[in-house]
Amino acid sequence: MAEYEPQYVGTVTKYVFIDSPLMTPKDLAIHAYEVSEGVMIKETCFGLQVTGTPDEVERLIAEVRALDPTHIFVKDRGFPPGDERRCRANLGGARPGYLGHEFEMRRVRYITKGLEAAAGGAVVPAGTAKRTPLDARKLKEMMEAEEP
Amino acid sequence: MVKVFIYPATSLILSDMVARFGHEPIGSALGIRERIQTPGFESPPLQITPEEPKKGLKWAAVEVPSGVRGRMAIYGPLIEEAEAAIIIREADYAFGCMGCARTNELIQFQLRQSGIPLLDLEYPSSDEDGVAFVAAIREFLAGLGGEEGAA
Repeated sequence: MAEYEPQYVGTVTKYVFIDSPLMTPKDLAIHAYEVSEGVMIKETCFGLQVTGTPDEVERLIAEVRALDPTHIFVKDRGFPPGDERRCRANLGGARPGYLGHEFEMRRVRYITKGLEAAAGGAVVPAGTAKRTPLDARKLKEMMEAEEP
Repeated sequence: MVKVFIYPATSLILSDMVARFGHEPIGSALGIRERIQTPGFESPPLQITPEEPKKGLKWAAVEVPSGVRGRMAIYGPLIEEAEAAIIIREADYAFGCMGCARTNELIQFQLRQSGIPLLDLEYPSSDEDGVAFVAAIREFLAGLGGEEGAA
């Protein structure tokens, strides 16, 4: 077997997603570069990829998140940026994992509402009254009754 | 700080929520990162060798397909080190790292059998659901102990 020598040993890579009416990924990238202090930053269509030592990355993310706390979401990534096993410049098409992120980004606006409510100190019951579908038997009774 | 396993293990929303409220999310990325940052005579580019299905035998029997056992070689250690878990029911997507339905079933089974604190949720589909979703996670994580971060 071939010998494998990993790159970026000891680093962490994190995604920073933004879905904000006030900022674009480019705005986010500019702010991040201003405070990067050597942390590697890759701008993407949805936000950033940030790579560095754990302490460096945590500091940068804390500063970036402060720009728009309820619209910025952070997640770990296993591969370093530009890794040929995941980078679509090598693979073509959507990056593996992109579709999952796309799916969840359609729901983050609801999470934003939740975070805004939590930040405002709103006391919300944890349970949600789940709407139950109409029972088939009840539907049949309604049909047979022929009520207007 | 408590280690919280997130299911789906690739979930952006859960990962951010757990970190935001002061705990450590345990997901696919951690296992993948450890694997690709480890040097050795292994099989690039994906670092999967015949050893992986053998390691997976700890969590799945020999008659289970090798793909499931290989995935459990990554997820199994994460589940073992997790101190709590948040599970999204009927997550509606299962591709990439979460693309194997049998592995997903086994992960959920392992989590529910482990005795660690669990929170079951569904993805929000309205503003009200979103508020309740975040409140439930916040309440659950606060109850685990440890220092709660700023919202």
